[in-house]
Amino acid sequence: MNGPLRKVAVACLVLFGLLLVNVNYVQTVKADDYRNDPRNARALLRTFANERGPIVLSGGAGGATPLAVDKPTPQERFKFLRTYPGGPSYAHVTGFSSFVYGTTSLERAENGVLSGESDKLLVRRLSDYVTGRKPEGGRVVLTLQAAAQRAAFAALQGKKGAVVAIDPRTGAVLAMVSTPSYDPAKLSSHNGQSIRAYYRQLQDDRDDPLLNRAVQQTYPPGSTWKVVTTAAALSDGKVKPETQISSPRELDLPQTDRNLKNFGGGSCGNNKTSTLSDAFRISCNTAFGQLGLDLGGDAQREQAEKFGVGDDSLRLPGRIATSVFPSDLSPPQQAQSAIGQFDVRVTPLQMALIAAGIANGGDVMRPYLVREVQAPDLSRLGSTDPKVYRKDAVSQEVADQITAMMELVVAKGTATSAQIPGVRVAGKTGTAQNAAGQAPHAWFVGFAPADDPQVAIAVVVEDGGSAGSEATGGRVAAPIGRDVMRAVLGQ
Amino acid sequence: MSAPTVAPAGQAPTRRGTELALIGFAVGLAVIAYAAVGLAQDGRVPSGALGYGAGLAGLFGLAHLVVRRFAPYADPLILPCVAMLNGLGLVMIRRLDFDAVERARQRSDALPRADAPLQLLWTAIAVAAFVVVLVVIRDHTRLARYAYTSAAAGLVLLLLPALPGVGQTINGARLWIRLGPITVQPSEAAKILLMIFFAGYLVSKRDVLSLASRRVAGLDLPRARDLGPILVAWAASLAVLVREKDLGSSLLFFGIFIVMLYVATERTSWLLIGVGLFGLGSFVAYQLFGHVRQRVDTWLHPFRDAGGDGYQLTQGLFGFGTGGITGTGLGEGQPGIVPFAKTDFMMASIGEELGLVGVMAVLLVFALIVERGLRSGLACRDSFGKLLATGLSFALALQVFVIVGGVTGLIPLTGVTLPWLSYGGSSVVMNWVLIALLLRISDAARRPAPSPVAPDKARVALEEAKTTVVRR
Repeated sequence: MNGPLRKVAVACLVLFGLLLVNVNYVQTVKADDYRNDPRNARALLRTFANERGPIVLSGGAGGATPLAVDKPTPQERFKFLRTYPGGPSYAHVTGFSSFVYGTTSLERAENGVLSGESDKLLVRRLSDYVTGRKPEGGRVVLTLQAAAQRAAFAALQGKKGAVVAIDPRTGAVLAMVSTPSYDPAKLSSHNGQSIRAYYRQLQDDRDDPLLNRAVQQTYPPGSTWKVVTTAAALSDGKVKPETQISSPRELDLPQTDRNLKNFGGGSCGNNKTSTLSDAFRISCNTAFGQLGLDLGGDAQREQAEKFGVGDDSLRLPGRIATSVFPSDLSPPQQAQSAIGQFDVRVTPLQMALIAAGIANGGDVMRPYLVREVQAPDLSRLGSTDPKVYRKDAVSQEVADQITAMMELVVAKGTATSAQIPGVRVAGKTGTAQNAAGQAPHAWFVGFAPADDPQVAIAVVVEDGGSAGSEATGGRVAAPIGRDVMRAVLGQ
Repeated sequence: MSAPTVAPAGQAPTRRGTELALIGFAVGLAVIAYAAVGLAQDGRVPSGALGYGAGLAGLFGLAHLVVRRFAPYADPLILPCVAMLNGLGLVMIRRLDFDAVERARQRSDALPRADAPLQLLWTAIAVAAFVVVLVVIRDHTRLARYAYTSAAAGLVLLLLPALPGVGQTINGARLWIRLGPITVQPSEAAKILLMIFFAGYLVSKRDVLSLASRRVAGLDLPRARDLGPILVAWAASLAVLVREKDLGSSLLFFGIFIVMLYVATERTSWLLIGVGLFGLGSFVAYQLFGHVRQRVDTWLHPFRDAGGDGYQLTQGLFGFGTGGITGTGLGEGQPGIVPFAKTDFMMASIGEELGLVGVMAVLLVFALIVERGLRSGLACRDSFGKLLATGLSFALALQVFVIVGGVTGLIPLTGVTLPWLSYGGSSVVMNWVLIALLLRISDAARRPAPSPVAPDKARVALEEAKTTVVRR
């Protein structure tokens, strides 16, 4: 029997060998994946035991303004409680850090620094390891401006919508607000039951407070899209702002028995022709429909993509919804798309980038929220250098032409309510038709000062317009844009 | 695995001193681990560390003394290995108790019962059982006589949980019976009883079973009528599977039987027939039973339903991953996240806190016990002892493979305990009994052959031994 017995002994060794090979695979090759899997609650539990770094706004006389900060608790297991002095107005920026639902937004994107596990903190981690000191997270300093954020949140109270304000020269995000919002502290408490109850309540809310409308939701841009159509037309070189273009009362759409009308069936000028600049100022649909037909779908889409539409790699701070301009358009669709309808869908961030690109002479800067990350001792670990996101989306000349046209919109067009005394403001309103039977979305995009742009902005108010009135974009969204720009400019 | 080349002329070395030193090392390791848990939890060495160490030292020291007295030639490595695993198991259970208390405090639930003191009590009972087996069974060949009694007792124990009134269904499997305030898992005892039966039966029938009737494709196939026993074993395993939903035990029983059959007959054809039947059974079970299908699906795609069916496995894997190579350190991880961390998923807890290094060490200790056991079988002079040692050792190897392979995603997960490490009274008691039997065989194997001068004396000793009443 010794022969088979020896074989059994070898078989047993093989069994143990298989186990050893497999645990080596699991604990070395796959270890990082498993350790960092968002469904792995351990990392979070660990961060409750260690002090998580704060998320702060820079500046102010008293140094930094904390938005999210750990407070010590007397409990054994969760030694720290995450608190959010920034509150609901910053909720979509900071995100939350919950041991039930994981992390979102910046709490997630900057988790490495905040939890102290980033390689940037490697040296410190090693010394913690040797000295037995509890690891401590680094600080994340944001680009947001408190005044702008406050103004945006106040202006959006009671509405569903979003505001994104960007410094066009750098790409630094100055304000990012989405309403309705939520209280991140309630999701980051230590009470699992109340966290779940609150989360369920948020999920059941039809207005979806957890959604960051500024970056995670796309909308039809409506007439604000005429900025892009104009950019395409001017770049083409066939038209100039003063060129007379056809602006009929109704535009006969090829291949259909339906006509494109102006908002509320209104007229544009003399109902035959008007200058491009005038058509833009009064937001003439038929003129831009015809422009879209002349340009064709591909030229329109190329211009849109030059501004970043279709890019799914942008992160701010997490994954953002991809803005789209449809392809293979039939002529009627080309006309519809030219006025920001049909299947054109953009995020408020994308519209802000377009405004910022015009403001910055044609170069779109890459948007960023994190100005700097710091070690627990406040030494700088890294900072964001402004980078060009889309070079020459339009030429300097075209940018200047559009800027002039947009200034006219604010001065004596649809966006007069965006005027700021003593400041040259450029803007464009939009009232985007939505699903049938629903009120349209009200839009405003713009920047100021037009001669020295410091802030570019996009505002959307869901279902904020009233059907049949092109002016509602100007009435509802433009004042919000004005308030935020004024806050940035310190007026 | 070769024996010492130069056989000593007189007394063979018993190496009991080595055993004692190694047990001391194992106890020391457990005490340090215990202190490390306390340091991580409260920042100070727990006051119970010394008492705990003394308790373990007392228990394992007693086991050692009994071996020294009643099985002096037994393998010196097996007992320390077991002591190490058992000590580590107690520390891990205590550590998970902490975790459960914290968790309950968090949710403001009632504080859960601490399992570690209970497991220590079970360990004491287990060592007592170990002592009884070594003291009462002085000659393992005696057991061969009780082969059929063992079979009957084993089958009854195996099927007991299926009886209404007695059986208890816990976590979907009907494996437990209630005895007053405690629940026991009789399949653990049945496993050993059935191995005794297999060994006795196969030794007496091995000549018949190794008769070949036909040669097909280079294989000597057994006669059709000799297929009876293997079919019965197969049917019994399937019955356990169906009635009690116990995939693990069913796989274990069948695997052990096939291997013992193979070693007894030296016929590879039995192995192939067994594997074939296993494949067929698995296929049928997969087709017929939802819970089997679910296990396999979870194994293939653990992350598909990571919050539902795959939760336990994925959380276990996350534990292994979080531990990485060196682990988080005892008391520094969150092993309590995994459901059943104290029982089936004990290895995930070890993987998280002691890392790959700890897991490999534990696996190697298990491998050491298994190979030492098999070596005792090789050296054993009688067929029954050989076969029983093979069965006992292989059972251990297979059980470790099934549960560790299951929790690391190597094979579909089936719930069996990790010997000595998992929380559970029946398991720890019966595994100590298993080791007692293995040491008994090992003692016989390593005992110097009776010198030709005094054959009668040995015979007499043997005759006297016959009159011993074997209590079980």
